[in-house]
Amino acid sequence: MTAMTQPQKSNLKTGLLAGGLAVAMVGVGFAAVPLYRIFCQVTGFGGTTMRVSEAQAATIPVSNQTIVVRFDANQRGLPWEFKPERPTDTVSIGARDLSVFIAENLSDQPIKGMATFNVSPAQAGKYFNKVQCFCFTEQTLQPKQRVRMPVLYYVDPKIMTDPDTKDIEEITLSYTFYPVDDADKGS
Amino acid sequence: MTTIAANPADHHDNAHDADHKPGFFARWFMSTNHKDIGTLYLIFAITAGIIGGAISGMMRLELAEPGIQYLSGWASMMAGKEASLDEAYHMWNVLITAHGLIMVFFMVMPAIIGGFGNWFVPIMIGAPDMAFPRMNNISFWLTAVAFIMLLGSTFVPGGTGLGAGTGWTVYAPLSTSGSVGPAVDMAIFSLHLAGAASILGAVNFITTIFNMRAPGMTIHKMPLFVWSVLVTAFLLLLALPVLAAAITMLLVDRNFGGAFFDAAAGGDPILYQHLFWFFGHPEVYIMILPGFGIVSQIVATFSRKPVFGYLGMAYAMVAIGVVGFVVWAHHMYTIGMSVEMKMYFTAATMVIAVPTGIKIFSWIATMWGGSLTFKTPMVWALGFIFMFTVGGVTGVVLANGGVDDNLHDTYYVVAHFHYVLSLGAVFALFAGFYYWFGKMSGRMLNEFLGHLHFWVFFIGVNLLFFPMHFLGQQGMPRRYPDYPDAFAHWNQIASLGYAIMGVGVIIFFINVFWSLLAGRKAEGNYWGEGATTLEWTLSSPPPFHQFETLPVIK
Repeated sequence: MTAMTQPQKSNLKTGLLAGGLAVAMVGVGFAAVPLYRIFCQVTGFGGTTMRVSEAQAATIPVSNQTIVVRFDANQRGLPWEFKPERPTDTVSIGARDLSVFIAENLSDQPIKGMATFNVSPAQAGKYFNKVQCFCFTEQTLQPKQRVRMPVLYYVDPKIMTDPDTKDIEEITLSYTFYPVDDADKGS
Repeated sequence: MTTIAANPADHHDNAHDADHKPGFFARWFMSTNHKDIGTLYLIFAITAGIIGGAISGMMRLELAEPGIQYLSGWASMMAGKEASLDEAYHMWNVLITAHGLIMVFFMVMPAIIGGFGNWFVPIMIGAPDMAFPRMNNISFWLTAVAFIMLLGSTFVPGGTGLGAGTGWTVYAPLSTSGSVGPAVDMAIFSLHLAGAASILGAVNFITTIFNMRAPGMTIHKMPLFVWSVLVTAFLLLLALPVLAAAITMLLVDRNFGGAFFDAAAGGDPILYQHLFWFFGHPEVYIMILPGFGIVSQIVATFSRKPVFGYLGMAYAMVAIGVVGFVVWAHHMYTIGMSVEMKMYFTAATMVIAVPTGIKIFSWIATMWGGSLTFKTPMVWALGFIFMFTVGGVTGVVLANGGVDDNLHDTYYVVAHFHYVLSLGAVFALFAGFYYWFGKMSGRMLNEFLGHLHFWVFFIGVNLLFFPMHFLGQQGMPRRYPDYPDAFAHWNQIASLGYAIMGVGVIIFFINVFWSLLAGRKAEGNYWGEGATTLEWTLSSPPPFHQFETLPVIK
């Protein structure tokens, strides 16, 4: 290969810079996946619920206004029976409520699952605070094992002052269990 | 703008060396010459345009009256056996997908960037060729392979029937769990290849424009077409990799057990829409900005005046490009976003009307007081300005989040984007073709046939697309092969418009073949006084290698 002339060198430099920009944008495209998740967790976008500590939950004043919380349980791709113990709870806004979901492994194999979740209407996500939830960790059910899984949550009283959410009378909390394969973490 | 002093020694003296061409195979299949690659791109784009246009003809035929008339027959023909109604419906999805992808990636982009960009950007800045001639060759052949890949996908299973029936947006979950079979994988791979080709092309243009301008050709003296390609190249560089990432995630979801876009496993299909439109909105400017550049050259030429507000025109394109990256969610108003988000995206979208308005104003101001001649390219450029304005106005309507809730995915949207693309970008393409054909081929097109083509085509496309505004406002959804009787009237007129447009296209091809066989020989500057850019200082066609001695721009 012959030596490059000066213009060829400067072309190569500009070309590599431009190409590097394109490669960087591929990185930005993939970085969008975790960034989008963080964005949803911070803003409650798309009905993403909030996670709070016991200490934070203890400081919340309880209102005398109530709201209905409906529970929805689904599974996709694993042989579990999964349902809420009660279909709805009527809770005071700001008060902690313990709701229980029941899961049963119908198969003869131990199966590990994880639950994905959100609430509807989506605007309520940022006011729906979970103190404890089975959905924070993976759950393993032994063959034919039946477990009661608790969710401890409260609805933030700010929901009554936000113009987007003050008319909401019922929030649906939905879970979907999906199988977790240790070899494959998914996204 | 700028006055050009052609260096008299640039081509005449060494025309013998400059015109030495390699043999047929080496010249056209291993080409590194920017003009030959430009020609290849134009031939490729015309071929793809015929295929994509024929597909839209099939759709207009089916939509000409209510009910399913032809679709089942076509689906049976493709499958080689009696097709079920669901397979026929799938065939419809395949048609709309193919039409969209072909027209965007294999007609408009190759023609306007690969074709005219390759041909005229180096010449207009006084460069002998592109910065990376061999990479230019790779770009073209990758595009060709991508096209073959897309066409091939229609012959393999894609779920309900043969072919990829996902729409050009390839939304998950229809494109993931909703389409089993290799067709969608092939279509995605085709997009990867076409995207890679465009990115390489963009790198090439940026390097050429930054590094290879002739002495005196400063950034602020570059012709507006070069400016438009420069901005477009940056949009390609920033937008296409995001599409590549998004469709790679689709492949992972489809084939490797991923769940990027699977809500039931912790993913989110809305994320795909965000990624797609982060690419998709700049993409519409990628298709139209070079058209702005072409129209600016033509309006200035036939007004015999430099373009009004040159710097404003250049930076309006930069502004459109920049703002174009922060408005993407106006394509997704109905995903359930909050009122505040809708307000932001509505306002940001409407801001784009300002630089666009500057461009329309400046074209009119260029003509004001100019000594106008209405040669064919000028007529097409005027057609472009009119049509693009109509499409721009409906765009401002659709930018409103509240209004879009009602019009989303109706024929109103179809009318809008066909006014800016099918009537905007395509009119700019025809304008450029009539403007530069003599320069590229050395033979003039026929003025009468050119005008006839314009009027037939103009009437045809307006008859075709204007009624779609009414259909959309009455609530006819897009992407369906059938509709209630109430929509029959305007659909019939639209299909009639297609037929008239088709006649216009035939006139165009007659003109091209007539010109190549018997057209008048084109002199170097056949448009005369108003044509001031560097390509008019060369012979028609230009020598195989131009500017071996660089021209000096005063």
